[in-house]
This record gives sequence, structure tokens and C-alpha cells, in this order.
Amino acid sequence: MTVVPDTRIYEGTRIPARCPTILDVDPAKHDLEDILTVNFGPNHPSTHGVLRLIVDLDGERVAGLEAVVGYLHTGFEKNMEAKTYWKGITYPERIDYLSFQANELVFVLAIEKLLGLETPEKAVWMRMCLSELNRIHSHLVWLGTSALELGAISMFWYAFRERDMVLDLFEMVAGARMHTRYFQVGGLAEDIPEGFYDATRAFTRHMPHAIDDYEGILDRNQIWLERTKGIGLLSAEDALALGQSGPMARASGIDWDLRRNEPYLAYDEVDFEVPVYPNGDVYDRYKVHMDEMRQSARIVAQCVTRLEELRGAPWIADDRKVVLPPREELHTSMESLIHHFKIVTEGYLVPEGEVYVANESARGECGCYLVSDGGPKPWRVKFRAPSFAALQATATCVRGTAVADLVAVAGSLDPVMGDVDR
Amino acid sequence: MTTGVPGVVETLESFGETTLVVDPSRIVEACTHLRDEDGYNELVDLSGVDYLGWGEKGVAGYIGTAGGRDLNEPGAQGYGRLPDPKPKRFAVVYHLLRVSADPARLRLRAWLDDGEEIESVISVWPAADWYERETYDMYGIVFRGHPNLVRILMPDEWEGFPLRKDYPLGGEPVRFSGER
Repeated sequence: MTVVPDTRIYEGTRIPARCPTILDVDPAKHDLEDILTVNFGPNHPSTHGVLRLIVDLDGERVAGLEAVVGYLHTGFEKNMEAKTYWKGITYPERIDYLSFQANELVFVLAIEKLLGLETPEKAVWMRMCLSELNRIHSHLVWLGTSALELGAISMFWYAFRERDMVLDLFEMVAGARMHTRYFQVGGLAEDIPEGFYDATRAFTRHMPHAIDDYEGILDRNQIWLERTKGIGLLSAEDALALGQSGPMARASGIDWDLRRNEPYLAYDEVDFEVPVYPNGDVYDRYKVHMDEMRQSARIVAQCVTRLEELRGAPWIADDRKVVLPPREELHTSMESLIHHFKIVTEGYLVPEGEVYVANESARGECGCYLVSDGGPKPWRVKFRAPSFAALQATATCVRGTAVADLVAVAGSLDPVMGDVDR
Repeated sequence: MTTGVPGVVETLESFGETTLVVDPSRIVEACTHLRDEDGYNELVDLSGVDYLGWGEKGVAGYIGTAGGRDLNEPGAQGYGRLPDPKPKRFAVVYHLLRVSADPARLRLRAWLDDGEEIESVISVWPAADWYERETYDMYGIVFRGHPNLVRILMPDEWEGFPLRKDYPLGGEPVRFSGER
């Protein structure tokens, strides 16, 4: 297995020399009158939120570019320092609001690593199942909006049709369609509802056909091919230097997936392939997303099979110092009531230490660096946001493209601005 | 595995993770060595931590009594022990990853006092660009040699560094419409 390919997408590096994230206008052209500076965003329908790009145009070509972020900064990390761990779980979901399960999972895994808490098998498989459903959900939003920006409006309706099916499954499990807060420290908030298995199995049977339909719309669409192939190039070396991960890295030929290379949950027990494409352009990023959805559907099907065998098994660890007692016990047991009260009001204590936990979210490596001083609130939480890293590649990717392709390239980086700005 | 790294003061192992404490004045040297000799080809994260008030009651929202509780001992009161004091106020933390058939992770930490500066590692990993800007924005830690060290998430004219422990939560004045 060669992780980084020998073949090169282009010779040398295209990372801007002075500052890696700012594409400077060629000094020879700089003072000419035909360099036009255009402000793109932050309130522009195709910026995937509130991304602002300051673009210097030389005719139709992009001569200079700087990405400006921060319009969605909400201070999640500061807020989390003032909340107990138990209350803090709601925050990470809202950071990357499309890949919410991955963020929630990584925070919960970090706390569990500090606590040394084992989770029951059922919780492990359910976490994996929902993470993969979430990846499909996130990729569908990406596919729908990115195709829409390039004029394929029908793609949007089809993608959101299946996205709604995923959200229906989340609603069935957790009562909320997004930001479910279903993962708890120690396991899951509730047992899996009975109808979930059949509904999810039906979805995993339907999804491959839906992806065939999407590819039927796009794969031989001349407009789509011309607007995506050979555009937004990023070589494997540049991708690594710029800290890329996930679909960005895999579309540049880097055979790297945390689910396979550093298995967490039970990813080493399921069968799936990691799609890798060699060209580093927008089209290959699209292909990686499509193949990942197929693979995710495969993993979900395997998870459902395993979960059905685990019917009746516990879904949360039996540790009354950390895990809320069952609701029905509160009426009869004084001990349970005290535990419930203590966990909700003052929280539980997490041993002193620091951990970094990473998982493969829909956008790449979603990491959580957690520092605890032994108290009930985190001392420091830092989320490693894959979108933040992806946007650092904007200046490298748009080098020499036409202004019309800027939307295609920015879209292909799959930024979620909540994730970038936190 | 990671021997001969220049500038290493201390090697720590906890929770199965390795941390190298590096002399801040030799951080670029250490990073270059780790990239070229040990194959850590990706900088996945860079952030700051403010340890002001670490281990002092009240600052981080301590409730309960100090001393005398083992977490795993049911019914015990208070804390097992107070956390170890830290040598300086700020830590700059680098998370490195080796993307290869033999993956590995490593954490570097450099201790800084308020006002002390550290060399930028942008020349080693271009990915450090925005991470260093964010750390500057949130903690006011200056990275020498960074070509564009300006605020990234907060507005340009913002005063103070929000993630410092002495920056209050909710410290921003709320302006209502119609207020003169």
C-alpha cells in the first residue's frame, strides 16, 4: 500500500510563495489598470455560508485571491470551558452542522478516553451506523448544493429527497432531525427503537440506486464534465503540506482514511473500500464523494445486521458516577435521584490530562484536543476542523482558473463555515 | 522512535499519546527534524492553551473540596490531588501526523510566558498559516516570521484575546438598537 502516490498532478509546488493562503497578483501586472478587485461574499448564495473571497481579476482569470473567514465565529470553545462536560456535548454538533454526529462523537470519545470508560458493543456499532448515515447526509447536501451552483438544479431536488430519508431515520432514533445529542459519555441516550432496523435496511437497499440516478444525471453531462475536469488542481504533496485530509486528500491520490489507517469504534470489523482518485481536480472530488456514499451504505447495512444480533443488550455503560440513572428509577430510588441531581448540576469529574482524538468526518480529520484539570469542566477544548484546513488550500487550487470556475472550486473544498469559524 | 530531536526538554507519555516538550527557541529546528527525519509530513493542528489559574480553586469552576478523592472510589469527597503546576502561562501545542503505511501521531508543546514570542513553523508546514493566526487571535501569542499575522476569526479592531482565562465570558457589551 503506497499512501502517497509517485505520479505528479503538476510539477513542483503551486502553494503561493509569500503566504500559503494568499495568492498575490504578479508584481509586473500589479499596477495595471485592468486588474479588477472584486469582493465575493460573505453574503453570496454560492459561498456555502459566509465565506468571503477577495479576488483580483485579470480579465476572466483569477490573478489574486485571499479568503476571509470569521463571520460565523461564535466562541464555542470559550463557551465549552464554562459548561460541565455533560452540558458541553450539545456544542460540538453545532460546529460542523452538516456532519454533526462526527463532532459529537469525537468529543464524547475524548471524554471517554480521559475517564477510561468502556462503552457497550451495541453503542459502538450504533455510533458507527449513525456516523455513516451522517456521512451520506453531509455528502448529499454537498452534492446538491455544488451541482446547483453549476446549474444542475434537478440534482438538488434528488439529493435532498434522499437526505430527508436520512433525517427521518435520525428523527426516529433521537427525536431530532439534526443535532441529535444521541451520543452520551458511556454509550447512547436511549435504546434503538424497534422500527429502526427495517427502515435503515430499506434505506441501504435504496441508496445505491439513488446514487446510480445521480451519476446518470451528472457523469455524462457535458456541461458538468467541462466545468469540473482539470479545474482546482491540488497535488498530493501540496495537499499534505496544507494539512488536507478526507475527500480532499483522497481526490489528490493520497490513500488515507482514518477509518482504515487508525481504526476506531469497530471499523476494523466491517468491510469497506476507500475510494482514491489520482487527478486532484473538482471532478475527482465529486467521484470520491459519490463512492464514499456507496461505501457508507455498505457499512450501515453491516451495522444493522450486527445491531439486530445485539437486541436487548445494554446501550450505555453501567457507571453511575458518569451516566444518568434510568428515568424510572428516579421515582423509587433515593440513590438514583442523588446521582441524577449531582450529574446534572455539578457534573462528573474527569481525571487530569490531555488527549487528542480524531475521527473521519464527512470532510476529513475531525479532531478534538481536550485538556482537563481534574474538574467537572474542560480546561481547554480545541476542535481540529477539516473545513478550516480545506479552505487554506483555496489560493493553491484557484491558481489560473477563470472567475466562473471559482464557484466550482470553492464548492469542491466542501467548507462548512460553522466548522471553519467555530 | 523519535530520538535525536533537537531542542527536546522532556518526553511525556500519557493515555497512549506521546508529547515532546520543546525549547521554544528551537521549535523550527525540531519541526524540520521531525518532518525530514521522522516522516511527520502533516501538521494536523496547532493551538494554544492558557494555564492562568491552573490548579487554583475557583478559576475553572471548581466545586467540591480540594484533596482526598479518588475518582473511582465511590462516595469519596473532593479531589485526589491538585493538578501539577505548569512552568509557564501559555502552551503552544502542535499535533503532528505521519501519513504513511506506518502512521503515527506526536504532540509537541512549547511553554511561553505572556509577551514571549515563538518562531513560526510556516516554513516547515504551510498549513501552520491559519492555525498560527487563530492562536494569535485567541491568545495574543506572536509567531515571529509569519507573513500575515493578523486576526482571523475576530474582527480586526477587536480588543483583547478571547480565549485567555482572564477574558470574561460574556464580557462583550451588548448594544441595543436606538441606544445613543
